[in-house]
Amino acid sequence: MILHELTIGELTAKLASKEVSSREAMLACLDRIDAVDNRINAFISLDREDALGQAEAADAALAKGASHNEQSLLGVPVSLKDIFCVKNQPANCASKILGDFLSPYDGSVVQKLKQAGAVIFGRVNMDEFAMGSSTENSAFGRTCNPWDLERVPGGSSGGCAASVVAQECFGSIGTDTGGSIRQPSALCGCVGIKPTYGRVSRFGVIAFASSLDQVGPMARNVHDTAALLGAIAGHDPKDSTSVPAEVPDYVGGLDVNLDGIKLGLPKEFLGAGIDPEVQSIFDAAVRQYEALGAEIQEISLPHTEYGVATYYILATAEASANLARFDGVRYGDRVEGDDPFALYCNTRGKGFGDEVKRRIILGTYVLSSGYYDAYYIRAQKVRSLIKQDFDQALEKVDALITPTVPYTAFKAGEKTDDPLQMYLSDIFTISCNLTGTCGVSLPCGFTSSPKLPVGLQLLGKPFGEQELLKIAYAYEQATPWHKERVML
Amino acid sequence: MEYEAVIGLETHCQLKTKSKMFCGCANEFGADPNTNVCPVCLGMPGVLPVPNELALQLTALTGYLLNCEVPEFAKFDRKNYFYPDVCKDYQITQFDFPSTTTGYVDFEFGSKIERVRITRAHLEEDVGKNNHFDQHSGVDFNRAGVPLLEIVSEPDISSADMAYDYLNALKDILIYGGISDCDMEKGMVRCDVNISVRPKGVTELGTKVEIKNMNTFSGVRRAINYEVPRQIETLESGGTLVQETRRWDDDAGMTETMRSKEHAHDYRYFPEPDLMPLRPSEAWLEEVRKHVVELPLARKQRFIQDYNIPAQDAEVFVGNVSLGDFFEKAVDGSKNAKTIANWVINNLQARLVESELTIDELKFGPEAIRELVEIIDVGEISNKGGQEVFTELFNNGGSPKAIVDARGLAQVSDSGELDKWCRDAIDANPGPADDVRNGRENAINFLKGQVMKASRGKANPQMVGETLFKLLKG
Amino acid sequence: MSNSDFDIKYVANLARIRLTSDQEARLGSQLGDILGYIKKLEELDISNVEPMAHAVPLHNVMRADQVQPSITNEEALANAPKTANGLFIVPKIVE
Repeated sequence: MILHELTIGELTAKLASKEVSSREAMLACLDRIDAVDNRINAFISLDREDALGQAEAADAALAKGASHNEQSLLGVPVSLKDIFCVKNQPANCASKILGDFLSPYDGSVVQKLKQAGAVIFGRVNMDEFAMGSSTENSAFGRTCNPWDLERVPGGSSGGCAASVVAQECFGSIGTDTGGSIRQPSALCGCVGIKPTYGRVSRFGVIAFASSLDQVGPMARNVHDTAALLGAIAGHDPKDSTSVPAEVPDYVGGLDVNLDGIKLGLPKEFLGAGIDPEVQSIFDAAVRQYEALGAEIQEISLPHTEYGVATYYILATAEASANLARFDGVRYGDRVEGDDPFALYCNTRGKGFGDEVKRRIILGTYVLSSGYYDAYYIRAQKVRSLIKQDFDQALEKVDALITPTVPYTAFKAGEKTDDPLQMYLSDIFTISCNLTGTCGVSLPCGFTSSPKLPVGLQLLGKPFGEQELLKIAYAYEQATPWHKERVML
Repeated sequence: MEYEAVIGLETHCQLKTKSKMFCGCANEFGADPNTNVCPVCLGMPGVLPVPNELALQLTALTGYLLNCEVPEFAKFDRKNYFYPDVCKDYQITQFDFPSTTTGYVDFEFGSKIERVRITRAHLEEDVGKNNHFDQHSGVDFNRAGVPLLEIVSEPDISSADMAYDYLNALKDILIYGGISDCDMEKGMVRCDVNISVRPKGVTELGTKVEIKNMNTFSGVRRAINYEVPRQIETLESGGTLVQETRRWDDDAGMTETMRSKEHAHDYRYFPEPDLMPLRPSEAWLEEVRKHVVELPLARKQRFIQDYNIPAQDAEVFVGNVSLGDFFEKAVDGSKNAKTIANWVINNLQARLVESELTIDELKFGPEAIRELVEIIDVGEISNKGGQEVFTELFNNGGSPKAIVDARGLAQVSDSGELDKWCRDAIDANPGPADDVRNGRENAINFLKGQVMKASRGKANPQMVGETLFKLLKG
Repeated sequence: MSNSDFDIKYVANLARIRLTSDQEARLGSQLGDILGYIKKLEELDISNVEPMAHAVPLHNVMRADQVQPSITNEEALANAPKTANGLFIVPKIVE
C-alpha cells in the first residue's frame, strides 16, 4: 500500500479500522510534497505543525471512538485553494497585494470541514484572485501539470487539481466562477464539481464575481468528490445568497443504474474548435453512456456563443467592486502616497498582476457612466436568455454532456499574450456559472502522445448534484480512467 | 432683478437598531475606536453582508409616516467610490429601487402649514469616521455599517428658515416613530443641502451647488443664509456658477469648494450581487403598519380641535407623549377638558419633574384627575381643597372622593347652615354690613372672610357671597 | 456600444490603478480587442428580456436584529500597514 495514493474512501476505511492513523496519512502527504512539489509548485504555503496537530487531534478522536458516520472526513488531509479564509492562516489569493495578511476568522466552508473532522492544510496555488485558466497568473510562480511539467494545470484552481493528481493530498477545495474547478480537473485528470449557486456558502471565500462564484471539491474519483461535497454543502445564514435546501446523502446516492436517464448533447458545443483527438475521446464516452443504458438526444442551447462575452462583462464588473477593498488601508501591502488617492493608485498598481488589472479596468469601464446600459444591463439580459436555454434543455433531459475543455493542457506561456484566446477557452464551462446550475468534470480518457487527460463535463439541474454525481459515477465505474496514476 | 432660492435636502439619520446593518456588531456611539467592528464591517476579504430585518422594518415604517409608497420590489446596490472611511471602497445603498418613494412632510412654518415632498427614503450603511491629525488621518470603523436612512426631499424649500423648520419637523416624526433617536450631538443626523437660485418667475432650475456633511440644523440655516446671497451676487456681478460640492466652514461662516471631490468619480452603481432583492409580503407590511403612530402635527391639530384646548397646551401634549396620552384618558367622558389640561400640565407635570418620576410610576390613574375636576366643578370641594386632594393622591394614591371624605374637605352648601353663618357675621359686623347696604359692595369680601373663618373653610364661597348679598340688599 | 472612446488612463484612474506607459499601451490594446469581441452581444434582440442579477430566485433574506460579539481592537488592526491610537492611519485627507 502506498499511502498517498489512496482515495478518501480507502483512507477512511483504514482510519476507521486503525490500520492507518491520520498522522501517518498527513505525513505521507508532507513527504510526497517534499518529494514532488519543487516540480509541481502546487503549494504556496504550508503550516506543517498545524497540519500534524489537526491530524493528531483526529487520531485522538478516533481513539475515543469517533466515527465517520458523524464526521465523514475525520482524519482526511484536504488542501485548500489560497482563496479561503482560515483563522490565523494566510490567504493571499496568489496575489502580492495581500502581503502577510492573516485571516482573523474562519470561513463557513472551513468551519464545515473542521466539523466533518478533515485535516485542512496548505494553501494551494491559483490564478491571482481566481482570474485565469492556467494558474500562470500567480505571484507565487506557475503550477505545473503533473502529466507534463511544461504544461499548465488549468485554472484558476490549478493548484487544487495538481495537488490531487500529484497525490500531495486526498482531496482539495476550489472555487469555480467560469470553469475554475472543472477546467483544471479536466486538464489534470481528476473529478471536480461546481455545485449549484447557493449550495455551498461563499462566506470566507475571497470574492471574484459574487453572482457566479461557487465553492466545490476536487478529488480522485466521484465517490470522494461526493463525500467532500456532502461535508461542505448546506445553508449558511452568513451568506444571503445561500439556499436553505436539504443536503442529500451524495455518497449514498451513488449507483450505476442509468436506466431511463436521458443525456442531452448540445449541438452548439460541437462545432469548430474542438481538438480532433479530444473529440474522438468524447465521442467514445458518449457511446459508453449509450452502452450503459442512457438515452442520448441532441438538444440546442442557441445562445451558447454569447456566453463568453456575457461572462466577461458581468464577472469583471462585479470583480471591479469586489477587489476595490484591496487598497492598502486595513490590510495587505501598502505603497505609500502623499494623499489617499496616490496611496490607492500606488498600492494597487504594484500589488495587482496584469490579468487582474485588465479585468478590474474592464469591469470599471462597463459600469461607468454612459456605458452601463450598453454593457452591463445588456449582459444581464443575455444572461436571462442563456438561463432560458438551460431551463428548456433540462426539461427534456436529465443532464447535458459535453467535453469540459475543447483541448488538452496547453504549454505554459502559449496563451499569455492573448487574453481573449484564453477567455474563449472557457466556452464550455462558462454557461453553467451564468445559469447558476451544477456541473461536474471527470476523466474520460487520455490523448496518446503526449499522454494528457481529457475531461467529460456533465451539466445538471439546479440542486441536481446527486443525480449528476450518479450519472458520473456510473460512467466512472465502467471505465478505467480514474485508476490512472501519474508517474512523478 | 429679484431672485428666489430653490433648496432640497438629503437627510441621513441613523436607525435605532441594536446591531449594525449587515453584521452583528453593536450600533452604539462612543466606544473606543475600532472596537465595535468585525471582519464584515471592516471589509475584510471574503466576508458577506446579511441585512438587519429591523432596519428594513424601520425603513418601511418611515415610508408610512412620510406618506410614502412602499414598493413591491426593492433592492440593494453598490455605490463605488474610494475613500478611507468606506471599508469596502463601495457603499451598499439603494439606487433605482429604494424601499420607499414619493411622500411628503407637512409642517408648521410661520402661521401656515407647508408641505415638502419626499422623493424617496432609502436604506444604506453608514461609513467610518476620519480623524484628522497634523500629518495623517486616522479611521475609526465603529460607525461603519450602522443602518442609515437617507431621506431625499424635492426642491420645495425656499428659505433657510423653512429648511430649519422642515428638518425639525422631520426629526420629530422620526423620534415619534421610534425610528431614530436623532441625537445631533452623536452625529445621528447629517444633511446634504442642494441649493440653486433663479430669477423670480423663471421655471427652470439654476446651477446646483451641494453643501455636504452638515451636522447641525442651525448650521444648515447659516449655510443657506450664506450660500444664497453668494450665488445671487455671483450672478448679479456677471459671473457664472459651477455645479460643485462645497463644504460649510462654521467658524469662518462661509462655504468653500471641497478639494476631495476634484478626483474623477463615477459611482458606477450596480445591483449588489451579495444581497437578494426585497419583496415585502402583505403580512410583513401589516406587522410594520402596527407601529404607525400619529404624527406630531396631526396630534396637535386633533388636540386643539377635539378638546378645545389652547395651542400651547396641545404642544405640551405633543412634546410629552405619555403626558398627552394620560390627558386623553383623563378627559374621556368629561366636559371640562380645559380644566383637566390645566391640572395635568400645571400640577401633574410639575410634580413629576420635581419628584423625578415618570408617568408610569404614578400611584393613581387618569380617572382620578377627571373625578377631582368633577367634584371641584360641582362645588363639592374648593380649588384649595382640590390642591390638598391632589397632593394626597400624588403621595399615596386613592380616589379623590375617598380623600375628601377622609379629610372632611367637603364644602358646606346647605342653605340653612350658610344662612345662619351669614346672619351671625352681619350681626357681629354692622359697619361693613352698612357699607354694603350703602352701595360699597367691596365690603362684602370682609363679611365673606368672616363666614369662611366661622365655617373653617368649608362653606361654599360662591354660595356665601350670594347669601350675604341677598340678606343685605334683599 | 462603441469602444472608440475607451480611455484607459481615465478608467485606470477611476479604478485607482497606477499603470506605466507600457502597461497602458499593452492593456489598452488587449482591452480594445476584448471590447471588440464583446460587441457580439449587439446582435441579439433583448427588447423583451428581463435582466438577471442573481442565479437563484431568493428574496427577503434577512437576519434578526441581534448583537454578536465584535473582535478586539488589536485583532482589527493586526493586518493594518499603519496604525496609531487604535486607528487605521492613512495620508492626510483633505476635504
